Amino acid sequence: MVSRTTDDYMALACAGCKAVNEPAFWAGFDRASSQGFYDYFRQITEYEPKRAAKFCIDHYCWLCINPKESEDVGLAREVISIIPDFIDCDNVLGIGEIGLNKNTRNELQILEEHIQLAVDHDQMILVHTPHLEDKLKGTKLIVDALSNHSSVDPSKVIIDHVEEHTAPLVIDKGFWAGMTLYPESKVTPNRAVDMLELYGHERVWMNSACDWGVSDPLSVPKAALEMKRRGYDDSFIDKVVYLNPAQFMGQNPKFKLS
Amino acid sequence: MSEKKTNLVDLGFMDARIKLIDIAAFLDRIDRHEQSDDYRVAALKEALPELLSAEPGRAARVLNLLSDQSNEPVSESKIQGAFGAPSPEQ
Repeated sequence: MVSRTTDDYMALACAGCKAVNEPAFWAGFDRASSQGFYDYFRQITEYEPKRAAKFCIDHYCWLCINPKESEDVGLAREVISIIPDFIDCDNVLGIGEIGLNKNTRNELQILEEHIQLAVDHDQMILVHTPHLEDKLKGTKLIVDALSNHSSVDPSKVIIDHVEEHTAPLVIDKGFWAGMTLYPESKVTPNRAVDMLELYGHERVWMNSACDWGVSDPLSVPKAALEMKRRGYDDSFIDKVVYLNPAQFMGQNPKFKLS
Repeated sequence: MSEKKTNLVDLGFMDARIKLIDIAAFLDRIDRHEQSDDYRVAALKEALPELLSAEPGRAARVLNLLSDQSNEPVSESKIQGAFGAPSPEQ
């Protein structure tokens, strides 16, 4: 988790976390060149797994140019061209987190090119849906782009950051739905458990956001506590917080828990 | 699930109460500072009545009211961030 300190790794290890997933994402600023992405891909495939291993946590990652930087189509295509150099790294699970940010034509074009890249290399896909007022429109465009590609297997695609108004759009089309938990501004542990009650717990992956903004790496354990408080038993909680993500990631033979 | 039904009001009332007071205080604050004339405040006020709806799905409806309802991709965007409610231009 390039944006988090070792304090967070320690907290995760103490909470029983076995593995982290790190999709390639925005650095908080726009990188100046594809060389910046090359170095970033080296960081998440070579260095970060070693940092996580010091806390006995397995580290997996995904590769892409993120939606916030996809408006520059020339840069995006340069980055897409270097991704195949890293796909065979031991901890790479697929292409992600691709998606949309402001729902522009350029972003959509690059999303579609990433989808094709994933299909060409038989990779799983992890998708970011836009934030706040842009999420509904972006989710519809993303679901359409994926559904319109005849070679995309929905069971190998997770569409992340769902909320109450977008979860059905994702789940009804056979994709996995990711609920990204934040302490403020977006989905909280309480609402995530609400969504399980509304939409079921199959093909749902609850995850703690660990990015450059205000995040709580222990959001998933807190959601587990909320489930316990509501009366859900250990087998249900284990399915949601452990077996479900393991099932999704296990579709890539590289995924093995230590 | 356990046989003993959890009292969800016991579990969540104090949290909901403080959030309601926070919203009321926010509206008082922006009135006091004469900053209520903002499209985001208008969007918030449009969504508030959903809290009193008898129909389930209030959270989804509030989110929909705070969402861009258009369907076509835009030609470009000069900003990267989002603001929580659709701007009048959207």
